[in-house]
Amino acid sequence: MKQQLTVAVSGLNNTDNPGPGIPVIRALRDWKGNDIRIIGISYDNLEPGLFMRDLVDKSYSVPFPSGGTENLMLRLQYIHEIEKIDFIFPNFDAELFTFMKIAPELEKMGIKTFLPTADQFEERHKYRLSEFGEKYGLSVPLSITIGSISEVPAALNNFEYPVVVKGKFYDAYIAYNLEQVYSYFHKIQAKWGLPIILQQFVYGNEYNVVALGDGKGNTIGAVPMRKQYITDKGKAWAGITIDEPRLIEMTHKLIAANKWRGGMELELIKDKNGTLYIVEINPRFPAWVYLAVASGQNMPAAAIQLAFGEKVAAFENYDIGKLFVRYSWDNIVTLSEFQQISTLGEL
Amino acid sequence: MQLRIKGNIAVSESGFVFDPSTGDSYSINPIGVEIIQLMKQTLSEKAIVDAIVERYQTEPQTVEKDLYDFCNLLVKHQLADRI
Amino acid sequence: MATQTIEKLRYERPVITSLNAGVTNKFGTKSLHAPLSHIDGVSVKEIIQKYGSPVFILSERKIRQTYREAYRAFTSRYPKVQFAWSYKTNYINAVCNVFHQEGCWAEVVSIFEYKKAIGNGVQGKNIIFNGPEKTDEDLLLAIQNDSLIHIDHLDELYQIIELTTKIKKRPRVAIRVNMDTGVYPMWDRFGFNYETGQAWDAINKIILTDKMDLVGLHCHIGTFMLSANAYAVAAIKLADLALGIKEKHKQNIEYIDLGGGFASKNTLKGSFLPGSDTIPTFDDYADAICSTLLNAGFTKENLPMLILESGRALIDEAGFLAGSVIANKRLSDGRRAIVMDMGVNLLFTSFWYDHRISPVEESGNHTENAVIYGPLCMNIDIVRESVTLPPLKKGDHAVIHTVGAYNMTQWMQFIAMRPNVVLIDTEGKTHVIRNRETVDDLNKMEVMPEHLKKFKL
Ligand SMILES: Cc1ncc(COP(=O)(O)O)c(C=O)c1O
Repeated sequence: MKQQLTVAVSGLNNTDNPGPGIPVIRALRDWKGNDIRIIGISYDNLEPGLFMRDLVDKSYSVPFPSGGTENLMLRLQYIHEIEKIDFIFPNFDAELFTFMKIAPELEKMGIKTFLPTADQFEERHKYRLSEFGEKYGLSVPLSITIGSISEVPAALNNFEYPVVVKGKFYDAYIAYNLEQVYSYFHKIQAKWGLPIILQQFVYGNEYNVVALGDGKGNTIGAVPMRKQYITDKGKAWAGITIDEPRLIEMTHKLIAANKWRGGMELELIKDKNGTLYIVEINPRFPAWVYLAVASGQNMPAAAIQLAFGEKVAAFENYDIGKLFVRYSWDNIVTLSEFQQISTLGEL
Repeated sequence: MQLRIKGNIAVSESGFVFDPSTGDSYSINPIGVEIIQLMKQTLSEKAIVDAIVERYQTEPQTVEKDLYDFCNLLVKHQLADRI
Repeated sequence: MATQTIEKLRYERPVITSLNAGVTNKFGTKSLHAPLSHIDGVSVKEIIQKYGSPVFILSERKIRQTYREAYRAFTSRYPKVQFAWSYKTNYINAVCNVFHQEGCWAEVVSIFEYKKAIGNGVQGKNIIFNGPEKTDEDLLLAIQNDSLIHIDHLDELYQIIELTTKIKKRPRVAIRVNMDTGVYPMWDRFGFNYETGQAWDAINKIILTDKMDLVGLHCHIGTFMLSANAYAVAAIKLADLALGIKEKHKQNIEYIDLGGGFASKNTLKGSFLPGSDTIPTFDDYADAICSTLLNAGFTKENLPMLILESGRALIDEAGFLAGSVIANKRLSDGRRAIVMDMGVNLLFTSFWYDHRISPVEESGNHTENAVIYGPLCMNIDIVRESVTLPPLKKGDHAVIHTVGAYNMTQWMQFIAMRPNVVLIDTEGKTHVIRNRETVDDLNKMEVMPEHLKKFKL
């Protein structure tokens, strides 16, 4: 692998509900002995990362994935001609599917990625969580997918209130009685259609793990975190690394079983009996990934090394009891910078 | 419809417009930029239409309709006043 | 010295757009609004000039290409494959015959379609007769012709048993089976249910009464199926029935018909990514189906023929609707509206798809968000709620993509009449394959009672 790399990173929305782009860039900036040029990829002219000029060398606007891969590819080709990109880190949930799809074409152009496979991506969807848990022998809260309102009463026999009523991809409500289940069912159905998922609500503490799988079943890194402070949007504003070997074990088990490739975040709940349940699997590094870097596991850098086929030893340790406390910062931006990105699409 | 572009509105060559009184920004296509420049010279509507027809493959009727729509948008966005 | 005339610049409507956060940026979206001036090398403008506006355009080359792609995907994985053209998807005779020339049988769901297939020269034994409504007369004709009758319900089964007393032929039948394939909604209103044992009971009834030959098993699990795996589930269940028949009655089932439902390259309303990026390919579907059937436990000699009744996936992309801008409007909330001469009367599918629209003429880089209305004086006549297009002016042309399936059969003669349908053949020649309707055509069907003939105003 070259010492000088050009890495394109998206997810520069470092807002109060931040994307992982800037934390990933910080990780790469910390990567000793490498000279990295960072190309920002933005979907919106006000993504804060665009204007963090000491972290991002050059930025380009790209079309939303909803415009089709063809357009995105044309734009990436244009950027690649100028910048000679070596690696792309897509960080938005909404763009992952598209990047997984174009990864072979990017590879041909000389741009590497390190993403999960389509199967891995699909089977961790929340409406398939039960299946997932069964397949890999992991505990997940009981969930039943239902396709018609008439199936609700029978399905409810399997649950104790409260029950979480979820849409296939979006929306989740906690229902404490039958009326509420029906009302949320209708609400979600009207907005997102069927099926709808009923899931056992689990009381307990929530934990998160950021991890990196090498695609062959090995866990290269895994750092667990307990949220310390949560915003009104449910996002961690402060968190601390913890020593809970079972969280690491569970991560190893999952990655060994499905040979996960790339970064991921697990959301887990420990109930009053100490049983750990996986409640969500995010197919990318989370916004708090820099806490893992600061604790000794630079997983974003390791992901790039893996993509280049280098041997990467699994991280053994991390600092326990290290905290992150997020803060916001009013970056001062000139009108000409804004004008440049919004009329020329480059900054 | 005759318009006066507000005094503090500046249009860059690339078509970027910033309205300092509201904080809004806009993007205008090249022909729109040209029309605004003509408006700034306080040309009459007819003079603007003539100037455009002179330079572009189009006829006065089309330009008149489009100018009407464009002027309405400028007024709606508070970038210009009717006079 | 000759005077030099300065070439005038191409005109474009002046446009101003707000640069709000969250506005889709326009960089790199050029190909989204790239003009479509030609289809298969033929100028769209000239087609409109010659055949009127609006006009449906079908590409014979694209139909054949798509069919061959599908055929290759299946035949490269499975030894016995037969497609049957689903008439309801597009039953203009010229279209049907392109498929028949390629080797497709006919799949029909009414006596009207059945007669169309016979009229096109399809032999009775190559017609699959589906659907819940078949009269005695229809069934007798189908039995006489050795057509494949797919039984939808128990009443139909008894009806056929009854008819065998009147005719000296053994009907060739299959039953339609419905089942849970993990996809919603489950189409359980057609056929006999698998999970509850209805299908197995019907099979036994047919075999034990011994009045007809049970030659196949059929299902059609839904339409626009985004999961290839659902077909694997369907194939397992039909194979299970076929193997059960073999074990219990020592009979072989000749074919397994998995119906249609493969998605076409359209974008369903409300989906974030365009359909062309997300729908499974023919190879994906073929892989799921063929590997399941090959591993189901049939012996090599008894491997059933695989029949497919794919409709929209084979024809949608070959169809275009070309038309003209009638007017531009500015709505009260500032949105731009474009009124076109093609509306939901011709484009039934615009109720569930966000159809892609391309301008025909060259345009600049600036685009504007617009709502596209059809020409009807009905509030529901909306072709696209919101689409980014370069500025179009009255008389400019546009093409709506991927409209080959179901529109030329579900269109309504409402307010306006149906336009010409033009086929571009593989050599680039254009042919009208369905004439535009005229007032005379419509009046011909009406009858005026004597006492209503005269009036004074
Ligand atoms: C029995 C049957 N076969 C085939 C089709 C064709 O379906 P598609 O156009 O989705 O492939 C249909 C359509 O509803 C059908 O009902």
